[in-house]
Amino acid sequence: MSGFNKVINSYEEAMNGLVDGMTIISGGFGLCGIPEHLIKEIKRKGTKELTIASNNCGTDEHGLGLLLSDHQIKKVIASYVGENALFETQMMNGEIEVDLTPQGTLAEKMRAGGAGIPAFYTPTGYGTPVGEGKEVREFNGRKYILEEALQGDFSIAKAWKGDRHGNLIFRRTARNFNPMAITAGKISVVEVEEIVEVGDLDPDQIHLPGIYVDRLIKGTFEKNIEQRTIRSS
Amino acid sequence: MALTREQLAQRVSKEFKDGYYINLGIGIPTLAANYVPEDMQVVLQSENGILGMGPFPLDEEVDADIINAGKQTVTLIKGASIFSSSDSFAMIRGGHVDLTILGAFEVDCQGNIASYMIPGKLIKGMGGAMDLVSGADNIIVTMTHASKDGVSKLLKECTLPLTGKGCIKRVLTDLALLDIEDGRFVLRERAPGVSVDEIVKLTAGDLEVPKEVPEMIFET
Repeated sequence: MSGFNKVINSYEEAMNGLVDGMTIISGGFGLCGIPEHLIKEIKRKGTKELTIASNNCGTDEHGLGLLLSDHQIKKVIASYVGENALFETQMMNGEIEVDLTPQGTLAEKMRAGGAGIPAFYTPTGYGTPVGEGKEVREFNGRKYILEEALQGDFSIAKAWKGDRHGNLIFRRTARNFNPMAITAGKISVVEVEEIVEVGDLDPDQIHLPGIYVDRLIKGTFEKNIEQRTIRSS
Repeated sequence: MALTREQLAQRVSKEFKDGYYINLGIGIPTLAANYVPEDMQVVLQSENGILGMGPFPLDEEVDADIINAGKQTVTLIKGASIFSSSDSFAMIRGGHVDLTILGAFEVDCQGNIASYMIPGKLIKGMGGAMDLVSGADNIIVTMTHASKDGVSKLLKECTLPLTGKGCIKRVLTDLALLDIEDGRFVLRERAPGVSVDEIVKLTAGDLEVPKEVPEMIFET
């Protein structure tokens, strides 16, 4: 790498430095906007004892679900973990620890982690199992719980277009958790559909500036659909 | 007769107002989108990051990058906008969404809701439901009034782990429309052909029955 050029050419290099026991923050919602090949590279490397923060944990065949068969995941921080039989089995057997976190709280934990905010008060989860053991404080007659920020050793994410400096544009709902996930990792790795030259992206249209991006790689994407629903006319 | 799914969707759509931004949960709430009156404009929010969600796509329009919160392929209407999950929940928590409609396993007369977890059974997670119930002022819960064995789901106190505390003010069941006021249910409307007695029998929480309880009217 040289100067601000974030582009790398191999997946091995993309995940270089990832070792057992690390925490990874991942973008994606279901199978939408997931860094498909970065996940496959983690599977190939066989890194174990991982803590993964991601809204979901993939399906049996796709996404983060791929890391289950070789027991690479120790703990998952997610809002919804359905649609994955292997995950259910490992959860029921106590092989995998699950910290269920409300979706908005998870997004804000990642945002705070990247923004230098160690914790924040939110009304979400007060008076529910999520609030148990957490500090409660009242503001203007309403009760809030204290939630701590999330940071990762790595973050992995997917964007649509990136320039060589790592300035990013996301596409449609594949944006989801990706921008915040990228900011919350000590080393952030982003897989994009297209890499363009510096200056090709309009500065006003950039969704996430390259300052947050450490490694950029061009991928090819299967873009699997979980619930293909259509209307007839 | 208990309301059908379509009737529940039709009745809940009567709570829509022109200019509302609305978040519809998975299931019956989503069906309500089919009953927006023609002279009314509402914008649907999907918490994975859409304002201006449209209908399911035609086969040739399917785009893997456009899904709703239930992970179904959808379309965008003209004027739609896309944003990140943190922006999405900022608008939800910040009270900017005008109406939220979602399902539940149990609701009680203190306004508590349980909708995400049955202990001992598989735990899938709350998704965005906890944020939605804590952020919205105007929430309507759609649910069945009682189990198939006649056990009430409108309780004095929820038995399942809560999704939110003291946040529900209106419930539409297959038998009735009820408000929650001052620690009790108030019966507002009943399903066509369902008697007040039947509703009283199947409501375990404290229930106030006004003198007049009109039947819901459905145009077919």
